[in-house]
Amino acid sequence: MNKILEVRNLGRTYGPGCPLCLEATGPESDTNLCPHCGSVVAIHDVSFDLFEGEILGVMGESGSGKSTVVKTLFFDQAPSRGQAIFYDSDRQHDLFALNAAQQRWLRNHRFGMVYQNPHQGLNFNITAGGNIAERLLMSDLMDYGAIRSRAKELLARTEVLLSRVDDLPKRFSGGMQQRVQIAKALATQPPLLFLDEVTTGLDLSVQARILDLILEIQQELKTAMIVVTHDLGVIRLLTGRALVMKYGRVIEAGLTDQILEDPQHAYTQRLVASAL
Amino acid sequence: MIAPILQVEGYSKYFELHEQNKLIPASHNVNLAVYPGRLTALIGPTGAGKSSVLKGIYRSYLPSAGRILYRDALGHEFDLVQVSEHQMLELRRREIGFVTQFLHCLPRQATLDVVAQPLLTLGAARVEARQRAGELLTALNLPERLWSVSPATFSGGERQRVNLARGFVARPRLLLLDEPTASLDPRTAECVIDLIEQAKSEGTALLAIFHHPETTRRLADAVVELAPPPAVSAWIKEIA
Repeated sequence: MNKILEVRNLGRTYGPGCPLCLEATGPESDTNLCPHCGSVVAIHDVSFDLFEGEILGVMGESGSGKSTVVKTLFFDQAPSRGQAIFYDSDRQHDLFALNAAQQRWLRNHRFGMVYQNPHQGLNFNITAGGNIAERLLMSDLMDYGAIRSRAKELLARTEVLLSRVDDLPKRFSGGMQQRVQIAKALATQPPLLFLDEVTTGLDLSVQARILDLILEIQQELKTAMIVVTHDLGVIRLLTGRALVMKYGRVIEAGLTDQILEDPQHAYTQRLVASAL
Repeated sequence: MIAPILQVEGYSKYFELHEQNKLIPASHNVNLAVYPGRLTALIGPTGAGKSSVLKGIYRSYLPSAGRILYRDALGHEFDLVQVSEHQMLELRRREIGFVTQFLHCLPRQATLDVVAQPLLTLGAARVEARQRAGELLTALNLPERLWSVSPATFSGGERQRVNLARGFVARPRLLLLDEPTASLDPRTAECVIDLIEQAKSEGTALLAIFHHPETTRRLADAVVELAPPPAVSAWIKEIA
């Protein structure tokens, strides 16, 4: 098994920041807001490894910083501190040392992201098929016929009716919009996929089918994934290992079944006890 | 003398419940060995910490004390308490199986695929994996009409058979069994006993907890009796 991603001491602060920010925030201080300068320490000192084909869960409540982790890795936001190395076959990319064009290239070719809010992941002014075509164009596939057939293939794989390939995303249900997002993210067959609360707010039956789809894809394509969610059921079903976050810090990390059956940290114990 | 595949030395487990400021004992100073082709049975009253031993070996629990020495297929010895998470996941994938009484699976996945899953993750071809899965389900008396359905809707006994089939399918080197016959009718329980006998003859090392003393008597090559962890007053102390 090979490492695909190595994240070290990742941090992100919103606001001016001051020398006291880091020690005045975190789980012990019970806040992520610096009392001295008013900055928000969204994440601090997040480190982990991800292996090829592995699904890692990042769990925690709203405001724990879990989404910020994937957003920095997908270059939606720049980190304030830290390093991330992406191992792509025989090449290594020091993610935050790359220039904007190189980052865009990785985003379009080697990474995929599925957002909680489909408005972030999809262009609502163009059709479902067009959304996928857009990503294929960015990754240098230029032939109209090839793009169209690949888009249809992806929508079929994510169980979107082919008769709806030319519909606008706004005419789709929430579950269908997530499927189109997944199809779009998978268009370039990325080895690394980020999923940010993708089933939150969907009906239970729709959730189950999306989770099924994600696992099927992982098994078929051996895609490594980082799954961000506050839902312990999602963590249990999808992930092999998990990080628990609170006020921007990782307070516990381990095998998923161990975290759920034998949580070590007081906060995780409370989280697990309240969910079961 | 064959070398043991697993040696548990001084395993103890207690839970530290922060909210209630309490230490709850589960297992205390457990010692045992498991050999290839043999079955070691754990016996003892409820609360003696039998399941906690299995979970500690599988790393579903983090042991509080002790060593869990495992010798892998290449002859390397690891302390399972110390190995990395990725190493543990790899050992689970390739060598160590665990049959519990719970089944977590995806709502839409057909039973045959649920059972074939461990083989597929090892890279087996789909057709062969499903064929071997079918053989096990047949051996366990699960009617063929249920194979294409998700086990989510199954009865306790049916689920248990799915769980067992999935545990045996990849022929793990070490198999942990937590009351594998508990919710089965006597005829199906006999099928499970046959499966265990067969696994033993193929060289699988087994560590098992059985509901019925009779099953232990028939299958166990060694028996380890656990007593409930020491008096509560000696263990539970306020974390001042």
